[in-house]
Amino acid sequence: MRKFWRFIFYFFLILWGIIAATPFWISLVYSLMPKEAIFNMPPKLFPNPFTLDNYKTVLFAFKDYFPKWLMNSFILSIFVAIFRTLFCAMGGYAFARLNFPLKNAIFSVILFSMMIPGQVFIVPNYIILSKLRLVNQLPGVVLPSLVTVFGIFFMRQFFKSIPKELEESAFIDGANRWQILFKIVLPVSIPGLSALALLNFQGTWNEFMWPLIVLQTPEKFTLPLGLSWFKNEYYSLYSYVLAGSIFNALPIVILFFLFQRYIMKSIAFTGIMG
Amino acid sequence: MLLKRLILSLKSKRDGGSYWSPLFSKKFLEVLDAYLMLLPFFIIFGIFAVYSFFYAFYISFHKFNLLSSPEFVGLSNYVKLFKDPEYTGYAIPNTLKYTITVVSIQTFLSLVLAFILDQNIKFRSFFRTLYYLPSVTSSVVISLIFIWLFSRVGAINSILGLNIDWLNNPKTALWTISTVNIWSTTGTMILIFLAGLQDIPVSVYESASIDGANRWDIFWKITLPLLKPVILFVVVMGTIGCFQVFDQIYLMTRGGPLNSTLTMAYYVYDKAFGRGLEPQMGLASAAAFILGIVIFIFTLIQRRLLEGRE
Repeated sequence: MRKFWRFIFYFFLILWGIIAATPFWISLVYSLMPKEAIFNMPPKLFPNPFTLDNYKTVLFAFKDYFPKWLMNSFILSIFVAIFRTLFCAMGGYAFARLNFPLKNAIFSVILFSMMIPGQVFIVPNYIILSKLRLVNQLPGVVLPSLVTVFGIFFMRQFFKSIPKELEESAFIDGANRWQILFKIVLPVSIPGLSALALLNFQGTWNEFMWPLIVLQTPEKFTLPLGLSWFKNEYYSLYSYVLAGSIFNALPIVILFFLFQRYIMKSIAFTGIMG
Repeated sequence: MLLKRLILSLKSKRDGGSYWSPLFSKKFLEVLDAYLMLLPFFIIFGIFAVYSFFYAFYISFHKFNLLSSPEFVGLSNYVKLFKDPEYTGYAIPNTLKYTITVVSIQTFLSLVLAFILDQNIKFRSFFRTLYYLPSVTSSVVISLIFIWLFSRVGAINSILGLNIDWLNNPKTALWTISTVNIWSTTGTMILIFLAGLQDIPVSVYESASIDGANRWDIFWKITLPLLKPVILFVVVMGTIGCFQVFDQIYLMTRGGPLNSTLTMAYYVYDKAFGRGLEPQMGLASAAAFILGIVIFIFTLIQRRLLEGRE
Protein backbone atom coordinates (compact mmCIF):
# COMPACT_ATOMS: atom_id res chain seq x y z
CA MET A 1 0.00 0.00 0.00
CA ARG A 2 2.78 2.40 0.96
CA LYS A 3 4.69 1.53 -2.16
CA PHE A 4 1.60 2.06 -4.27
CA TRP A 5 1.13 5.59 -2.91
CA ARG A 6 4.80 6.42 -3.37
CA PHE A 7 4.52 5.35 -6.99
CA ILE A 8 1.41 7.49 -7.51
CA PHE A 9 3.05 10.49 -5.84
CA TYR A 10 6.23 10.35 -7.93
CA PHE A 11 4.20 9.75 -11.05
CA PHE A 12 2.27 13.00 -10.61
CA LEU A 13 5.35 14.97 -9.53
CA ILE A 14 7.28 13.87 -12.61
CA LEU A 15 4.28 14.38 -14.87
CA TRP A 16 3.85 18.01 -13.78
CA GLY A 17 7.61 18.47 -13.98
CA ILE A 18 7.50 17.39 -17.62
CA ILE A 19 4.52 19.64 -18.32
CA ALA A 20 6.26 22.61 -16.71
CA ALA A 21 9.62 22.11 -18.42
CA THR A 22 8.80 20.82 -21.91
CA PRO A 23 7.63 24.10 -23.49
CA PHE A 24 10.91 25.75 -22.45
CA TRP A 25 13.00 22.81 -23.61
CA ILE A 26 11.33 22.58 -27.02
CA SER A 27 11.74 26.33 -27.53
CA LEU A 28 15.42 26.06 -26.70
CA VAL A 29 15.82 23.10 -29.08
CA TYR A 30 14.12 24.85 -32.01
CA SER A 31 16.03 28.08 -31.39
CA LEU A 32 19.17 25.98 -32.00
CA MET A 33 17.90 24.61 -35.33
CA PRO A 34 17.85 26.26 -38.79
CA LYS A 35 14.99 28.72 -39.24
CA GLU A 36 13.42 26.58 -41.99
CA ALA A 37 12.91 23.77 -39.45
CA ILE A 38 10.66 25.76 -37.14
CA PHE A 39 7.54 23.77 -38.05
CA ASN A 40 9.24 20.38 -38.52
CA MET A 41 6.90 18.19 -36.50
CA PRO A 42 6.55 15.97 -34.49
CA PRO A 43 8.52 18.02 -31.95
CA LYS A 44 12.24 17.23 -31.70
CA LEU A 45 13.78 16.70 -28.30
CA PHE A 46 17.30 17.57 -29.41
CA PRO A 47 18.53 20.12 -31.96
CA ASN A 48 19.23 18.27 -35.18
CA PRO A 49 20.74 19.79 -37.27
CA PHE A 50 22.36 21.99 -34.67
CA THR A 51 23.19 25.63 -35.45
CA LEU A 52 23.81 28.91 -33.65
CA ASP A 53 22.67 30.94 -36.67
CA ASN A 54 19.50 32.28 -35.07
CA TYR A 55 21.42 33.72 -32.14
CA LYS A 56 24.07 35.21 -34.44
CA THR A 57 21.38 36.77 -36.63
CA VAL A 58 19.44 38.14 -33.71
CA LEU A 59 22.53 39.74 -32.17
CA PHE A 60 24.26 40.99 -35.30
CA ALA A 61 21.92 41.23 -38.28
CA PHE A 62 19.08 43.10 -36.56
CA LYS A 63 21.43 45.62 -35.01
CA ASP A 64 18.75 48.26 -34.58
CA TYR A 65 16.45 45.87 -32.81
CA PHE A 66 17.55 43.12 -30.46
CA PRO A 67 20.82 44.55 -29.07
CA LYS A 68 19.09 47.88 -28.54
CA TRP A 69 16.08 46.29 -26.82
CA LEU A 70 18.37 44.21 -24.63
CA MET A 71 20.28 47.36 -23.70
CA ASN A 72 17.09 49.33 -22.94
CA SER A 73 15.79 46.52 -20.76
CA PHE A 74 19.09 46.23 -18.89
CA ILE A 75 19.36 49.97 -18.25
CA LEU A 76 15.81 50.28 -16.98
CA SER A 77 15.89 47.12 -14.85
CA ILE A 78 19.20 47.95 -13.19
CA PHE A 79 18.13 51.54 -12.61
CA VAL A 80 14.92 50.35 -10.97
CA ALA A 81 16.69 47.63 -8.97
CA ILE A 82 18.97 50.28 -7.45
CA PHE A 83 16.83 53.39 -7.07
CA ARG A 84 13.42 51.93 -6.36
CA THR A 85 14.97 49.69 -3.73
CA LEU A 86 16.80 52.64 -2.17
CA PHE A 87 13.77 54.94 -2.08
CA CYS A 88 11.56 52.17 -0.75
CA ALA A 89 14.12 51.43 1.96
CA MET A 90 14.15 55.11 2.97
CA GLY A 91 10.37 55.30 3.11
CA GLY A 92 10.08 51.92 4.79
CA TYR A 93 12.53 53.00 7.48
CA ALA A 94 10.54 56.17 8.21
CA PHE A 95 7.40 54.09 8.65
CA ALA A 96 9.13 51.43 10.73
CA ARG A 97 11.07 53.60 13.16
CA LEU A 98 10.22 57.30 13.07
CA ASN A 99 7.23 59.19 14.39
CA PHE A 100 5.77 62.01 12.38
CA PRO A 101 2.43 63.78 12.05
CA LEU A 102 -0.13 62.07 9.77
CA LYS A 103 1.83 58.81 9.87
CA ASN A 104 -1.23 56.65 10.38
CA ALA A 105 -3.32 58.61 7.90
CA ILE A 106 -0.64 58.25 5.21
CA PHE A 107 -0.30 54.57 5.99
CA SER A 108 -4.05 54.08 5.58
CA VAL A 109 -3.87 55.77 2.17
CA ILE A 110 -1.06 53.35 1.25
CA LEU A 111 -3.11 50.35 2.33
CA PHE A 112 -6.11 51.68 0.42
CA SER A 113 -4.08 52.27 -2.74
CA MET A 114 -2.87 48.66 -2.69
CA MET A 115 -6.45 47.54 -3.27
CA ILE A 116 -6.85 49.49 -6.51
CA PRO A 117 -5.85 47.63 -9.67
CA GLY A 118 -3.32 49.13 -12.07
CA GLN A 119 -5.86 49.54 -14.86
CA VAL A 120 -7.42 52.52 -13.05
CA PHE A 121 -4.16 54.45 -13.36
CA ILE A 122 -3.14 53.76 -16.96
CA VAL A 123 -5.29 56.46 -18.59
CA PRO A 124 -4.52 59.34 -16.19
CA ASN A 125 -0.83 58.42 -15.91
CA TYR A 126 -0.50 58.35 -19.68
CA ILE A 127 -2.01 61.85 -19.86
CA ILE A 128 0.29 63.09 -17.09
CA LEU A 129 3.31 61.62 -18.90
CA SER A 130 2.27 63.25 -22.16
CA LYS A 131 2.11 66.62 -20.37
CA LEU A 132 5.60 65.97 -18.99
CA ARG A 133 6.70 65.11 -22.58
CA LEU A 134 7.80 61.67 -21.42
CA VAL A 135 5.71 59.58 -23.82
CA ASN A 136 7.99 57.40 -25.96
CA GLN A 137 10.87 58.12 -23.57
CA LEU A 138 12.54 55.45 -21.44
CA PRO A 139 12.27 57.50 -18.20
CA GLY A 140 8.51 57.53 -18.72
CA VAL A 141 8.46 53.75 -18.30
CA VAL A 142 9.94 53.82 -14.80
CA LEU A 143 8.95 57.22 -13.40
CA PRO A 144 5.40 56.40 -12.19
CA SER A 145 6.67 53.34 -10.31
CA LEU A 146 9.97 54.76 -9.07
CA VAL A 147 8.69 54.26 -5.52
CA THR A 148 6.07 51.61 -4.91
CA VAL A 149 3.78 51.09 -1.96
CA PHE A 150 4.59 47.40 -2.08
CA GLY A 151 8.31 48.13 -1.68
CA ILE A 152 7.72 50.53 1.21
CA PHE A 153 5.51 47.97 2.91
CA PHE A 154 8.03 45.20 2.27
CA MET A 155 10.97 47.16 3.72
CA ARG A 156 8.90 48.38 6.67
CA GLN A 157 8.11 44.78 7.61
CA PHE A 158 11.74 43.84 7.20
CA PHE A 159 13.06 46.70 9.36
CA LYS A 160 10.53 45.90 12.05
CA SER A 161 12.08 42.43 12.36
CA ILE A 162 15.50 43.93 13.23
CA PRO A 163 16.15 44.53 16.95
CA LYS A 164 16.03 48.22 17.89
CA GLU A 165 18.99 48.06 20.28
CA LEU A 166 21.50 48.27 17.43
CA GLU A 167 20.23 51.68 16.44
CA GLU A 168 19.62 53.00 19.92
CA SER A 169 23.23 52.73 21.01
CA ALA A 170 24.39 54.54 17.87
CA PHE A 171 21.76 57.21 18.47
CA ILE A 172 23.05 57.78 21.98
CA ASP A 173 26.56 58.09 20.52
CA GLY A 174 25.29 61.08 18.56
CA ALA A 175 24.73 59.61 15.09
CA ASN A 176 21.82 61.13 13.15
CA ARG A 177 19.09 59.08 11.53
CA TRP A 178 20.61 59.13 8.06
CA GLN A 179 23.86 57.77 9.41
CA ILE A 180 21.96 55.14 11.35
CA LEU A 181 20.00 54.16 8.25
CA PHE A 182 22.95 54.00 5.86
CA LYS A 183 25.71 52.77 8.16
CA ILE A 184 23.88 50.47 10.56
CA VAL A 185 20.44 49.45 9.33
CA LEU A 186 21.04 48.96 5.58
CA PRO A 187 24.19 46.82 5.99
CA VAL A 188 22.34 44.35 8.22
CA SER A 189 19.35 44.41 5.86
CA ILE A 190 21.18 42.96 2.85
CA PRO A 191 18.87 39.91 2.61
CA GLY A 192 15.74 42.09 2.51
CA LEU A 193 17.31 44.62 0.18
CA SER A 194 18.53 41.91 -2.24
CA ALA A 195 15.13 40.24 -2.28
CA LEU A 196 13.40 43.53 -3.08
CA ALA A 197 16.06 44.51 -5.62
CA LEU A 198 15.58 41.15 -7.34
CA LEU A 199 11.81 41.50 -7.40
CA ASN A 200 12.24 45.03 -8.78
CA PHE A 201 14.67 43.86 -11.45
CA GLN A 202 12.45 40.96 -12.44
CA GLY A 203 9.32 43.13 -12.48
CA THR A 204 10.88 45.71 -14.79
CA TRP A 205 12.62 43.13 -16.97
CA ASN A 206 9.35 41.26 -17.57
CA GLU A 207 6.92 44.19 -17.57
CA PHE A 208 4.71 44.49 -20.61
CA MET A 209 1.56 46.60 -20.28
CA TRP A 210 3.00 49.93 -19.17
CA PRO A 211 5.96 49.95 -21.64
CA LEU A 212 3.45 49.01 -24.35
CA ILE A 213 1.45 52.15 -23.59
CA VAL A 214 4.40 54.51 -23.14
CA LEU A 215 6.83 53.41 -25.88
CA GLN A 216 5.90 53.78 -29.52
CA THR A 217 8.90 53.45 -31.82
CA PRO A 218 10.97 50.24 -32.14
CA GLU A 219 14.32 51.79 -31.18
CA LYS A 220 12.87 52.74 -27.76
CA PHE A 221 11.36 49.31 -27.02
CA THR A 222 12.28 47.06 -24.13
CA LEU A 223 13.03 43.42 -24.95
CA PRO A 224 9.53 42.01 -24.19
CA LEU A 225 7.91 44.77 -26.22
CA GLY A 226 10.40 44.32 -29.04
CA LEU A 227 9.81 40.57 -29.16
CA SER A 228 6.07 41.07 -29.41
CA TRP A 229 6.50 43.68 -32.14
CA PHE A 230 9.02 41.53 -34.04
CA LYS A 231 6.64 38.57 -34.01
CA ASN A 232 3.94 40.69 -35.67
CA GLU A 233 6.28 42.13 -38.29
CA TYR A 234 8.15 38.95 -39.21
CA TYR A 235 5.90 36.03 -38.36
CA SER A 236 7.79 33.67 -40.68
CA LEU A 237 11.01 34.21 -38.72
CA TYR A 238 9.77 32.49 -35.60
CA SER A 239 13.19 30.95 -34.84
CA TYR A 240 14.48 34.45 -34.22
CA VAL A 241 11.54 35.12 -31.91
CA LEU A 242 12.45 32.01 -29.93
CA ALA A 243 16.16 32.92 -29.81
CA GLY A 244 15.22 36.42 -28.63
CA SER A 245 12.92 34.93 -26.03
CA ILE A 246 15.82 32.95 -24.60
CA PHE A 247 17.66 36.24 -24.05
CA ASN A 248 14.62 37.47 -22.13
CA ALA A 249 14.16 34.34 -20.03
CA LEU A 250 17.77 33.43 -19.30
CA PRO A 251 18.92 36.29 -17.01
CA ILE A 252 15.90 35.81 -14.77
CA VAL A 253 16.34 32.04 -14.61
CA ILE A 254 20.03 32.51 -13.69
CA LEU A 255 19.23 35.11 -11.03
CA PHE A 256 16.50 32.86 -9.76
CA PHE A 257 18.85 29.92 -9.34
CA LEU A 258 21.55 32.02 -7.70
CA PHE A 259 19.26 33.67 -5.18
CA GLN A 260 16.71 30.90 -4.81
CA ARG A 261 16.58 31.04 -1.07
CA TYR A 262 15.88 34.77 -0.90
CA ILE A 263 13.26 34.54 -3.62
CA MET A 264 11.40 31.60 -2.13
CA LYS A 265 11.05 33.46 1.14
CA SER A 266 9.93 36.65 -0.50
CA ILE A 267 7.36 34.78 -2.59
CA ALA A 268 5.72 33.43 0.50
CA PHE A 269 5.79 37.00 1.74
CA THR A 270 4.53 38.48 -1.54
CA GLY A 271 1.85 35.84 -1.65
CA ILE A 272 0.68 36.84 1.77
CA MET A 273 0.81 40.49 0.78
CA GLY A 274 -1.24 39.86 -2.34
CA MET B 1 13.11 75.88 1.93
CA LEU B 2 13.09 72.12 1.68
CA LEU B 3 16.34 72.15 -0.23
CA LYS B 4 17.91 74.34 2.41
CA ARG B 5 16.94 71.87 5.07
CA LEU B 6 18.27 69.02 3.02
CA ILE B 7 21.61 70.80 2.71
CA LEU B 8 21.53 71.50 6.40
CA SER B 9 20.83 67.89 7.16
CA LEU B 10 23.68 66.77 4.93
CA LYS B 11 25.93 69.23 6.72
CA SER B 12 24.81 67.81 10.01
CA LYS B 13 25.66 64.37 8.74
CA ARG B 14 29.22 65.47 8.09
CA ASP B 15 29.48 67.01 11.49
CA GLY B 16 28.32 63.95 13.30
CA GLY B 17 24.67 64.74 13.70
CA SER B 18 24.70 66.92 16.77
CA TYR B 19 25.43 70.01 14.66
CA TRP B 20 21.99 71.56 14.77
CA SER B 21 20.36 69.72 17.60
CA PRO B 22 20.75 72.76 19.86
CA LEU B 23 18.83 74.76 17.24
CA PHE B 24 15.93 72.34 16.85
CA SER B 25 14.25 69.99 19.22
CA LYS B 26 14.88 66.27 18.82
CA LYS B 27 11.28 65.73 17.93
CA PHE B 28 11.39 68.28 15.14
CA LEU B 29 14.50 66.67 13.73
CA GLU B 30 12.81 63.29 13.71
CA VAL B 31 9.82 64.68 11.81
CA LEU B 32 12.08 66.44 9.35
CA ASP B 33 14.15 63.32 8.73
CA ALA B 34 11.02 61.24 8.28
CA TYR B 35 9.58 63.60 5.68
CA LEU B 36 12.89 63.83 3.87
CA MET B 37 13.18 60.05 3.74
CA LEU B 38 9.67 59.91 2.37
CA LEU B 39 10.20 62.75 -0.11
CA PRO B 40 10.69 60.59 -3.24
CA PHE B 41 7.63 58.60 -2.22
CA PHE B 42 5.51 61.71 -1.65
CA ILE B 43 6.39 63.12 -5.07
CA ILE B 44 5.83 59.93 -7.07
CA PHE B 45 2.86 58.67 -5.09
CA GLY B 46 1.31 62.14 -4.94
CA ILE B 47 1.39 62.57 -8.71
CA PHE B 48 0.99 59.05 -10.09
CA ALA B 49 -1.38 57.56 -7.52
CA VAL B 50 -3.28 60.19 -5.52
CA TYR B 51 -3.69 62.89 -8.16
CA SER B 52 -3.97 60.21 -10.84
CA PHE B 53 -6.81 58.48 -8.99
CA PHE B 54 -8.92 61.63 -8.77
CA TYR B 55 -8.01 62.56 -12.33
CA ALA B 56 -9.24 59.13 -13.52
CA PHE B 57 -12.47 59.69 -11.63
CA TYR B 58 -12.83 63.13 -13.25
CA ILE B 59 -12.16 61.78 -16.73
CA SER B 60 -14.75 59.04 -16.29
CA PHE B 61 -17.44 61.78 -16.29
CA HIS B 62 -16.08 63.44 -19.40
CA LYS B 63 -15.82 62.82 -23.09
CA PHE B 64 -12.13 63.04 -23.86
CA ASN B 65 -10.17 62.01 -26.96
CA LEU B 66 -6.80 63.55 -25.94
CA LEU B 67 -7.00 66.14 -28.73
CA SER B 68 -9.85 68.43 -27.77
CA SER B 69 -10.43 69.43 -24.16
CA PRO B 70 -12.59 67.19 -21.91
CA GLU B 71 -16.33 67.75 -22.21
CA PHE B 72 -18.55 67.02 -19.19
CA VAL B 73 -21.11 64.31 -19.96
CA GLY B 74 -22.28 63.23 -16.50
CA LEU B 75 -22.88 59.53 -16.06
CA SER B 76 -23.20 58.81 -19.76
CA ASN B 77 -19.89 56.92 -19.97
CA TYR B 78 -21.14 54.48 -17.36
CA VAL B 79 -24.52 54.19 -19.12
CA LYS B 80 -22.78 53.67 -22.45
CA LEU B 81 -20.56 51.02 -20.93
CA PHE B 82 -23.47 48.91 -19.71
CA LYS B 83 -25.31 49.40 -23.00
CA ASP B 84 -22.29 48.31 -25.02
CA PRO B 85 -22.95 44.73 -26.21
CA GLU B 86 -19.17 44.23 -26.45
CA TYR B 87 -18.95 44.88 -22.71
CA THR B 88 -22.02 43.11 -21.38
CA GLY B 89 -22.15 40.40 -24.04
CA TYR B 90 -18.44 39.57 -24.24
CA ALA B 91 -16.10 41.31 -21.79
CA ILE B 92 -18.03 40.44 -18.61
CA PRO B 93 -19.04 36.84 -19.45
CA ASN B 94 -15.59 36.07 -20.89
CA THR B 95 -13.88 37.39 -17.77
CA LEU B 96 -16.18 35.30 -15.56
CA LYS B 97 -15.70 32.15 -17.65
CA TYR B 98 -11.96 32.64 -17.71
CA THR B 99 -11.72 33.38 -13.98
CA ILE B 100 -13.84 30.42 -12.89
CA THR B 101 -11.94 28.00 -15.13
CA VAL B 102 -8.46 29.15 -14.23
CA VAL B 103 -9.05 29.62 -10.50
CA SER B 104 -10.78 26.29 -9.93
CA ILE B 105 -8.29 24.22 -11.90
CA GLN B 106 -5.13 25.94 -10.67
CA THR B 107 -6.30 25.76 -7.04
CA PHE B 108 -7.08 22.06 -7.31
CA LEU B 109 -3.85 21.20 -9.13
CA SER B 110 -1.62 23.23 -6.85
CA LEU B 111 -3.25 21.87 -3.71
CA VAL B 112 -2.73 18.27 -4.82
CA LEU B 113 0.85 18.86 -5.95
CA ALA B 114 1.74 20.79 -2.78
CA PHE B 115 0.27 18.00 -0.66
CA ILE B 116 2.40 15.45 -2.49
CA LEU B 117 5.50 17.64 -2.21
CA ASP B 118 4.90 17.94 1.54
CA GLN B 119 5.27 14.16 1.92
CA ASN B 120 8.64 12.58 2.45
CA ILE B 121 9.78 13.24 -1.12
CA LYS B 122 13.28 12.98 -2.52
CA PHE B 123 14.49 15.92 -4.65
CA ARG B 124 11.78 18.15 -3.20
CA SER B 125 13.67 21.39 -3.85
CA PHE B 126 14.39 20.28 -7.41
CA PHE B 127 10.69 19.79 -8.14
CA ARG B 128 9.83 23.04 -6.40
CA THR B 129 12.28 24.96 -8.54
CA LEU B 130 11.11 23.27 -11.70
CA TYR B 131 7.47 24.09 -10.95
CA TYR B 132 8.27 27.68 -10.20
CA LEU B 133 10.13 28.25 -13.49
CA PRO B 134 7.03 29.33 -15.49
CA SER B 135 6.20 31.91 -12.83
CA VAL B 136 9.47 33.81 -13.16
CA THR B 137 9.35 33.88 -16.96
CA SER B 138 7.84 36.95 -18.60
CA SER B 139 4.30 36.79 -19.92
CA VAL B 140 5.67 37.76 -23.32
CA VAL B 141 8.03 34.80 -23.59
CA ILE B 142 5.32 32.43 -22.37
CA SER B 143 2.78 33.82 -24.82
CA LEU B 144 5.21 33.70 -27.75
CA ILE B 145 6.14 30.10 -26.97
CA PHE B 146 2.51 29.01 -26.73
CA ILE B 147 1.41 30.86 -29.86
CA TRP B 148 3.93 28.70 -31.66
CA LEU B 149 3.01 25.48 -29.83
CA PHE B 150 -0.73 26.04 -30.39
CA SER B 151 -0.49 27.12 -34.03
CA ARG B 152 -2.19 24.97 -36.65
CA VAL B 153 1.07 23.31 -37.66
CA GLY B 154 2.50 23.41 -34.15
CA ALA B 155 3.59 20.83 -31.61
CA ILE B 156 0.28 20.47 -29.75
CA ASN B 157 -1.67 19.49 -32.86
CA SER B 158 1.15 17.23 -33.95
CA ILE B 159 1.17 15.38 -30.60
CA LEU B 160 -2.61 15.14 -30.33
CA GLY B 161 -3.08 14.32 -34.02
CA LEU B 162 -5.53 17.22 -34.43
CA ASN B 163 -5.82 20.08 -36.86
CA ILE B 164 -7.32 22.90 -34.81
CA ASP B 165 -6.37 26.57 -35.10
CA TRP B 166 -6.57 26.95 -31.31
CA LEU B 167 -6.10 30.70 -31.02
CA ASN B 168 -8.00 31.70 -34.16
CA ASN B 169 -11.12 29.70 -33.44
CA PRO B 170 -13.79 31.49 -31.35
CA LYS B 171 -14.72 28.17 -29.74
CA THR B 172 -11.24 27.32 -28.49
CA ALA B 173 -9.35 30.64 -28.06
CA LEU B 174 -10.45 31.47 -24.50
CA TRP B 175 -9.86 27.90 -23.29
CA THR B 176 -6.41 27.93 -24.85
CA ILE B 177 -5.46 31.13 -23.02
CA SER B 178 -6.92 29.69 -19.81
CA THR B 179 -4.75 26.59 -20.22
CA VAL B 180 -1.63 28.68 -20.72
CA ASN B 181 -2.32 30.70 -17.60
CA ILE B 182 -3.09 27.66 -15.48
CA TRP B 183 0.25 26.30 -16.64
CA SER B 184 2.10 29.51 -15.74
CA THR B 185 0.57 30.35 -12.33
CA THR B 186 0.16 26.91 -10.73
CA GLY B 187 3.81 27.05 -9.56
CA THR B 188 3.23 30.16 -7.44
CA MET B 189 0.16 28.63 -5.84
CA ILE B 190 2.09 25.44 -5.05
CA LEU B 191 4.61 27.50 -3.10
CA ILE B 192 1.90 29.26 -1.12
CA PHE B 193 0.17 25.95 -0.30
CA LEU B 194 3.49 24.38 0.62
CA ALA B 195 4.18 27.22 3.08
CA GLY B 196 0.70 26.67 4.54
CA LEU B 197 1.21 22.91 4.81
CA GLN B 198 4.53 23.32 6.56
CA ASP B 199 2.82 25.53 9.14
CA ILE B 200 0.76 22.55 10.29
CA PRO B 201 2.59 21.05 13.28
CA VAL B 202 3.92 17.51 12.83
CA SER B 203 2.40 16.56 16.20
CA VAL B 204 -1.08 16.89 14.70
CA TYR B 205 -0.26 14.22 12.12
CA GLU B 206 1.50 12.04 14.67
CA SER B 207 -1.42 11.91 17.06
CA ALA B 208 -3.75 11.19 14.16
CA SER B 209 -1.71 8.23 12.96
CA ILE B 210 -1.43 6.89 16.50
CA ASP B 211 -5.22 6.98 16.55
CA GLY B 212 -5.12 4.76 13.47
CA ALA B 213 -6.05 7.23 10.76
CA ASN B 214 -4.82 6.36 7.28
CA ARG B 215 -3.40 8.78 4.72
CA TRP B 216 -6.77 9.36 3.12
CA ASP B 217 -8.46 10.18 6.45
CA ILE B 218 -5.61 12.46 7.42
CA PHE B 219 -5.91 14.40 4.15
CA TRP B 220 -9.70 14.85 4.32
CA LYS B 221 -10.20 15.26 8.04
CA ILE B 222 -7.07 17.04 9.17
CA THR B 223 -5.04 18.66 6.40
CA LEU B 224 -7.92 20.09 4.42
CA PRO B 225 -9.80 21.74 7.33
CA LEU B 226 -6.57 23.20 8.72
CA LEU B 227 -5.67 24.49 5.28
CA LYS B 228 -9.04 26.15 4.65
CA PRO B 229 -7.85 29.74 5.21
CA VAL B 230 -4.94 29.21 2.79
CA ILE B 231 -7.29 27.71 0.19
CA LEU B 232 -9.62 30.68 0.44
CA PHE B 233 -6.64 32.98 0.19
CA VAL B 234 -5.35 31.29 -2.98
CA VAL B 235 -8.82 31.44 -4.51
CA VAL B 236 -9.20 35.16 -3.83
CA MET B 237 -5.68 35.96 -5.00
CA GLY B 238 -6.20 33.94 -8.16
CA THR B 239 -9.50 35.70 -8.78
CA ILE B 240 -7.93 39.15 -8.46
CA GLY B 241 -5.19 38.13 -10.88
CA CYS B 242 -7.62 36.68 -13.40
CA PHE B 243 -9.82 39.76 -13.46
CA GLN B 244 -6.77 41.78 -14.47
CA VAL B 245 -5.56 39.48 -17.25
CA PHE B 246 -4.15 41.61 -20.05
CA ASP B 247 -0.72 40.61 -21.35
CA GLN B 248 -1.69 37.17 -22.62
CA ILE B 249 -4.86 38.51 -24.25
CA TYR B 250 -3.01 41.30 -26.03
CA LEU B 251 -0.19 39.02 -27.13
CA MET B 252 -2.15 35.96 -28.22
CA THR B 253 -5.48 37.19 -29.59
CA ARG B 254 -6.06 40.93 -28.98
CA GLY B 255 -9.55 40.09 -27.79
CA GLY B 256 -10.41 38.16 -30.96
CA PRO B 257 -11.53 36.14 -32.84
CA LEU B 258 -15.03 37.68 -32.84
CA ASN B 259 -14.55 39.13 -29.32
CA SER B 260 -14.29 35.60 -27.93
CA THR B 261 -11.33 36.54 -25.71
CA LEU B 262 -12.30 40.16 -24.95
CA THR B 263 -11.94 40.65 -21.17
CA MET B 264 -12.76 43.54 -18.84
CA ALA B 265 -9.12 44.57 -18.47
CA TYR B 266 -8.45 44.35 -22.21
CA TYR B 267 -11.55 46.45 -22.86
CA VAL B 268 -10.02 49.32 -20.85
CA TYR B 269 -6.86 49.23 -22.94
CA ASP B 270 -8.76 48.83 -26.19
CA LYS B 271 -10.97 51.88 -25.64
CA ALA B 272 -8.05 54.09 -24.58
CA PHE B 273 -5.16 52.90 -26.75
CA GLY B 274 -6.56 50.42 -29.26
CA ARG B 275 -5.48 50.84 -32.84
CA GLY B 276 -7.56 52.56 -35.48
CA LEU B 277 -10.05 54.04 -33.03
CA GLU B 278 -10.46 57.50 -31.66
CA PRO B 279 -9.26 57.25 -28.04
CA GLN B 280 -12.25 57.15 -25.67
CA MET B 281 -10.49 58.04 -22.44
CA GLY B 282 -13.74 58.72 -20.57
CA LEU B 283 -15.27 55.38 -21.45
CA ALA B 284 -11.99 53.59 -20.68
CA SER B 285 -11.79 55.26 -17.27
CA ALA B 286 -15.38 54.31 -16.49
CA ALA B 287 -14.58 50.68 -17.41
CA ALA B 288 -11.43 50.86 -15.29
CA PHE B 289 -13.45 52.05 -12.30
CA ILE B 290 -15.97 49.24 -12.67
CA LEU B 291 -13.10 46.76 -12.79
CA GLY B 292 -11.56 48.55 -9.82
CA ILE B 293 -14.71 48.20 -7.74
CA VAL B 294 -14.96 44.47 -8.45
CA ILE B 295 -11.31 43.91 -7.52
CA PHE B 296 -11.63 46.18 -4.49
CA ILE B 297 -14.42 43.98 -3.13
CA PHE B 298 -12.31 40.85 -3.59
CA THR B 299 -9.32 42.51 -1.93
CA LEU B 300 -11.47 43.42 1.07
CA ILE B 301 -12.47 39.77 1.37
CA GLN B 302 -8.80 38.83 1.14
CA ARG B 303 -7.87 41.29 3.92
CA ARG B 304 -10.57 39.76 6.11
CA LEU B 305 -9.17 36.29 5.47
CA LEU B 306 -5.66 37.42 6.34
CA GLU B 307 -6.82 38.98 9.57
CA GLY B 308 -8.57 35.74 10.41
CA ARG B 309 -5.33 33.90 9.76
CA GLU B 310 -3.09 35.99 11.98
